[in-house]
Amino acid sequence: MKNALLATLLVTPLFALLGTMVVNNRMVFFTDVLGHSALTGIAIGVLLGFRDPTLSMIVLAVALAVGVNILKNITKTPIDTVLGVFMAFIVALGIVILSRQGGFVKYTSYLIGDILAVTPQQIAWFFVLAAVVLMYWYAAGNAMLLTSVNPSLARSRMVNTFLIETSFTVLLALVVIVSIRLVGILIINSLLVLPAAASRNLARNMHAYTAWAVVISILSGVTGLVVSYYWGTASGATIVLFAAGCYCVTALLGRWRK
Amino acid sequence: MQKTCEHCCTKIDSLTVRFGDNTILDNVNLHVNCGEIIGVVGPNGAGKTTLLRTILGEIPYQGKIIFRISGHESKKPKIGYVPQKLQFDLSSPISVTDLVASAISQHPVWMGINKELPEKVKSVLSLFSAEHLLERRVGELSGGELQRVLLAIAMTPEPGLLLLDEPASGIDVRGLSLFYQIVDDLRKKHDIAVILVTHDLAGVSSYVDRLILLNRSVIAEGDPKEVLSNEKLVKTFGSSLWNISCLPNLMSSESGKNGDH
Repeated sequence: MKNALLATLLVTPLFALLGTMVVNNRMVFFTDVLGHSALTGIAIGVLLGFRDPTLSMIVLAVALAVGVNILKNITKTPIDTVLGVFMAFIVALGIVILSRQGGFVKYTSYLIGDILAVTPQQIAWFFVLAAVVLMYWYAAGNAMLLTSVNPSLARSRMVNTFLIETSFTVLLALVVIVSIRLVGILIINSLLVLPAAASRNLARNMHAYTAWAVVISILSGVTGLVVSYYWGTASGATIVLFAAGCYCVTALLGRWRK
Repeated sequence: MQKTCEHCCTKIDSLTVRFGDNTILDNVNLHVNCGEIIGVVGPNGAGKTTLLRTILGEIPYQGKIIFRISGHESKKPKIGYVPQKLQFDLSSPISVTDLVASAISQHPVWMGINKELPEKVKSVLSLFSAEHLLERRVGELSGGELQRVLLAIAMTPEPGLLLLDEPASGIDVRGLSLFYQIVDDLRKKHDIAVILVTHDLAGVSSYVDRLILLNRSVIAEGDPKEVLSNEKLVKTFGSSLWNISCLPNLMSSESGKNGDH
């Protein structure tokens, strides 16, 4: 439980930070595809005989992040259509490989995750990732904001928008994949989106947006974890329920303030 | 034509831009001196925005774009750019201070605004009658207010070349007149070269030194009155543009400054 609490305290602010940009950049569908790509990542790992498929999951998700970013700049097809087609393909491929000879049940733990099974090694990884994301946010936060507002405007301010977009999506891929065992494929996107979406109901500037998202994320994380312990429910899903509750409350508060 | 210092200019030589088999710009030649406002007009799909994005270095091209600053050739000149519109979700919690500070300062805005920054942002905005907008969300601004905020960003630090993409769209007549007046003052005070892409033929003609009629290549170029009375203009725009027939009247009257469509 101590490890699970530590992991929650590390992962939730990380997701809140990334989520603010995911929501601002309308990348919610993209992160959903990213989460679902984990299925195929596991499948490829299994085919290659890896004991731990994390590496193949990361390689596939990073390749997906870079690929989508390149495609976004060259294709005229709406990006959500491309992502929809791609998600259908990648999820089907993952399930087909993993369900050979009725073996899919072995992998269902990836779908809902288990934060209580977190290892000290994973916590060390989260610590490193949190430090990297924080440094990245400090160095590239303004450039990301300008890029999200208007890429040409950002480029006129000497921002390398391709580098910014690609590095952000790669970072996103890494965090999503490393956290997937804890939170689960089915709900990982909610954990990214809900704190930021709830914060938007209250905030009028970037500082408040980020601060509220982090507070809401940590609060739902810790409450959800403790409650799931007593209820005997899946921690990730319980956390998401509390985050969804925060969204409803802030939506009402936001309306009331207007 | 405006007298220029002759030490800085932007020279576009035989510029051609292709996307696959489509030629978007074909052999465009253009010379902009400092202190000069060039208006670029043309129908939709004429390559006006592509021209600006090519000058910004976003699009591969054939030909030459030469920037000369203080008599020396410059590979990476400071270019101020005012986009036609912002492509973000209007409900985003981004304040005017956030937007300006993220463009002119290294301090990450998500960490909060430090003590000196509000004064700096305010002083930048005050030059463009926009200092009262500091706390407003960007999505709440009117078209004219947004253009002034974007112009304030584009002018900090002072650029050698200012690119304005369709400032007339989404602005009311009064806001547009104020915007043109500010741009006119800027080039006089700071000797800045301005390329202004617009649909607002009548309104812009009082402020620009030269007008370029672009439709993939330069169809006509010169004094606004001459270009606007050119029969190629009517041919290029077609009769769909309501103010074509009103142009001579608008140009000869002061009220013509404020035309909008």
